Amino acid sequence: MIKQKLNRFTPYIFMAPAIIIITIALLYPLGYMVYGSFRAWDPSQNISESEFIGLKNYITLFYDPAFRESLGVTLTFAICVVFSELVIGVGLALMLDRNIRGMSVLRTLFILPMMIAPVVVGLMWRYMYHPTVGTFNKTLKSLGLDGIDWLGQNALLSVIIADVWQWTPFIFILSLAALQSLPRSALEAAKIDGATSWQQIIHIKLPLMMPVLIVTALLRLIDAFKVLEVILVMTEGGPGLSTEILALRISRTATEFRELGVAAAMSNYLLILLLILTVSMYAITRIQENRAARLARQIQEEY
Amino acid sequence: MNYERQNPAFYALLITLIFMAVGPIVLMLANSFKLDVDIIGGTSGLLFLPTIQNYETALCDVLWYELDHLDFCSLKFGGAFINSIIIALISTLLTLVIGCMAAYALVRFKFMGRDTASLTTLMVRMVPPAVLLVPVFGLWNNEFCISKNSYFGEIIRDVFGGRGDVCLAGTHSGIILIYVAMNLPFVIWILQSFIIQVPRSLEEAARVDGAGPFQVFFLVVLPLIKPGLAAAAIFTFRIAWNEYLLASALSDRGTKTVPILIVNNMSEFNIEWGVIMATGMLLAIPPIIFTLFASRQIISGMTAGAVKG
Repeated sequence: MIKQKLNRFTPYIFMAPAIIIITIALLYPLGYMVYGSFRAWDPSQNISESEFIGLKNYITLFYDPAFRESLGVTLTFAICVVFSELVIGVGLALMLDRNIRGMSVLRTLFILPMMIAPVVVGLMWRYMYHPTVGTFNKTLKSLGLDGIDWLGQNALLSVIIADVWQWTPFIFILSLAALQSLPRSALEAAKIDGATSWQQIIHIKLPLMMPVLIVTALLRLIDAFKVLEVILVMTEGGPGLSTEILALRISRTATEFRELGVAAAMSNYLLILLLILTVSMYAITRIQENRAARLARQIQEEY
Repeated sequence: MNYERQNPAFYALLITLIFMAVGPIVLMLANSFKLDVDIIGGTSGLLFLPTIQNYETALCDVLWYELDHLDFCSLKFGGAFINSIIIALISTLLTLVIGCMAAYALVRFKFMGRDTASLTTLMVRMVPPAVLLVPVFGLWNNEFCISKNSYFGEIIRDVFGGRGDVCLAGTHSGIILIYVAMNLPFVIWILQSFIIQVPRSLEEAARVDGAGPFQVFFLVVLPLIKPGLAAAAIFTFRIAWNEYLLASALSDRGTKTVPILIVNNMSEFNIEWGVIMATGMLLAIPPIIFTLFASRQIISGMTAGAVKG
């Protein structure tokens, strides 16, 4: 009897620690943030002492040109980064999907950049972009060309290049895995029918890889909104507001301007944006699963 | 297995790619062994007299011998290194234990609230650290406190000294708690895809032999998902080891981690490139070692996390 009762509670015992920690340290803070975003809240007061001001923080932000610029920078950064990483990563995967010696060594070397701390990545690139001692400008000068003002006039581009360097391998590895799990029969049939390698890529490989690619791209897109340290170390958001992405602006509003209420409202805007992306990712995977299940059923019925 | 022969242009492309991926890291490694004069001076080649002076400057507070080139030890990097190790190791361990128990329950048991739980883990995965910054800063400083007049508060104040209420902010455990919470959803997600692959018949056989649910979990399931555990451990360690934003908001003088020190030293006007690259290298070495030894597990974890959406 006792044993059966214990068995019924087993799943709850297994789940309990995770539920407690996620509730205390994730869900409760998120609720706290939503609550705080309706208040004029600064770090010196307790939240219950602060004044309730309704939607004022949200409305101020909506008409704040600095916030809008920051949102624009964030979107430009995220879209540019994901697009270039997809093109380069998938392109490389298509080129390197061959049976060559040392492929595992190659993959190991490629994942190094994304394992390294973002702070260190920012540090490396800040050195390489340095106007006088940096690697790029030194090389350009030794070739007799003028140096480029990397982190000054071209700051956003420089930041995008650094992120592409760090995260293209992620897309490369995932699309390589997808390529190698494609059904060999379809490709061989196409080869026998005389399809050129371009035709194979466009009509067979890419369509079959599409499900993985969409999920990968959305994962990268969500991550691109989280980038903060690389940019903080490289440019500190400057010059002006040209590289101040939302995450950086939130942290500056909270720590430098000491307006926690506004920062909370800003976090909420960012959270809503990410929520939309996550829900669409979830919906897409569900649709794909259903379609795959239906196809499998059809094939079974035919035989 | 026989390998196809490729034309030379293909190998040229490969070498360029490897150079582009690893080049910046090698450059930083080389610079960390140079004196500032050499870094700025212009001899950009790999020909220089290597020196470990930068590493000595960085680690001056934990070295057992006196340094000749330094009168005063300003960079307390050694202490930060120890803080980083404590925080990263403990939070990785906790996340793994708690995460794999939850993942197992979500995969193997049918119970009330299972769908809600699994949807919640999926949803909170996307929360960026920057969004947590404001509420965590407020809560850890003001709400998650024990009054100094209460029983435990008095004991803690007597033992560790200090004034005011005893709060989570500024302690190792405060940082560890938020790291565990941040990593749990991801770890649960990855481990689920590994646990599904464990054949049910094995567990049932163990149960027939009289093993309870906990014995089945610890003695049968855990040993079978070792590769998944390794992948999850590396990902969690990586985030806890590399994270800057939340640590900088929650730490005080005694609990600063390495990324905080690097960022603080970068924002000074006159950057000492050699020393800062040495600290960067020290921060980068543990993840690099993991990558070199466990790249197979990392890749399998990455593909499991992304493909099994």
